Amino acid sequence: MIPVALAAVITTAPANGAFVVGATAQATDVAATAVAAVAGTTAGSGTPSPLRLAIVAALVVVGTFFLLVGTLGLLRFPDVYNRMHATSKATTLGAASMFLAGFVRFGPAGAGLASLVGIVSLFLTAPTGAHLISRAARKLGVETYVTGDDD
Amino acid sequence: MSSLATVYDLVVAGGLFAATLATLGCAYRVVTGPTVPDRVVALDAVGTCVVAIVVLHALDVGRGFFVLVAVMLAIVGFVTTVVAAKYLTEGDVIE
Repeated sequence: MIPVALAAVITTAPANGAFVVGATAQATDVAATAVAAVAGTTAGSGTPSPLRLAIVAALVVVGTFFLLVGTLGLLRFPDVYNRMHATSKATTLGAASMFLAGFVRFGPAGAGLASLVGIVSLFLTAPTGAHLISRAARKLGVETYVTGDDD
Repeated sequence: MSSLATVYDLVVAGGLFAATLATLGCAYRVVTGPTVPDRVVALDAVGTCVVAIVVLHALDVGRGFFVLVAVMLAIVGFVTTVVAAKYLTEGDVIE
């Protein structure tokens, strides 16, 4: 951005002062929009580019689907172990898809990096927690569901 | 561009609605779980759904700060699950 402005100042140096100032301001404007176009966003947390918005929307739809499927499994499965199977995989994948949408939306630095950290922490903690609860259920003597054993 | 932004806003709003429905379903399982591990599993699922809601809110308002809130909620939910499992097995958390 700075070299472009300097070049504009140098090339328009023989002209009068007002024209130089105007050309410099215009050059910085053009350079700012070019940098924003490369970065994919206008200024900071402004509106991102259309492709980025489309990818974020698709990831949000996928995450919503997996959240609903996980909840359906939690409501419909007959056994605590089956329910744990539904929530610890499908719901975690839904939340991870939301985090991935956040990574696409907020860029690779700052909040986007925090989104990646969130994905890693979800994938580390959800199976561990599910394993601990299932071991607790086993020690408490919760029975597994047997086919044909409908009440 | 503006129509795509409208579609994006609609998708995020629909995601928030669906995540709220998922949280309410998990809350139903918390209330009517036959056993205590059922309730713990459902509470864990509620925590995951709330994490998704916070990320969707960050996408909605366009501020990346809320993603950090979501990461913190995920970690706190894991600690809650571990403590509940330990309490269920040993009857005590800190001995």
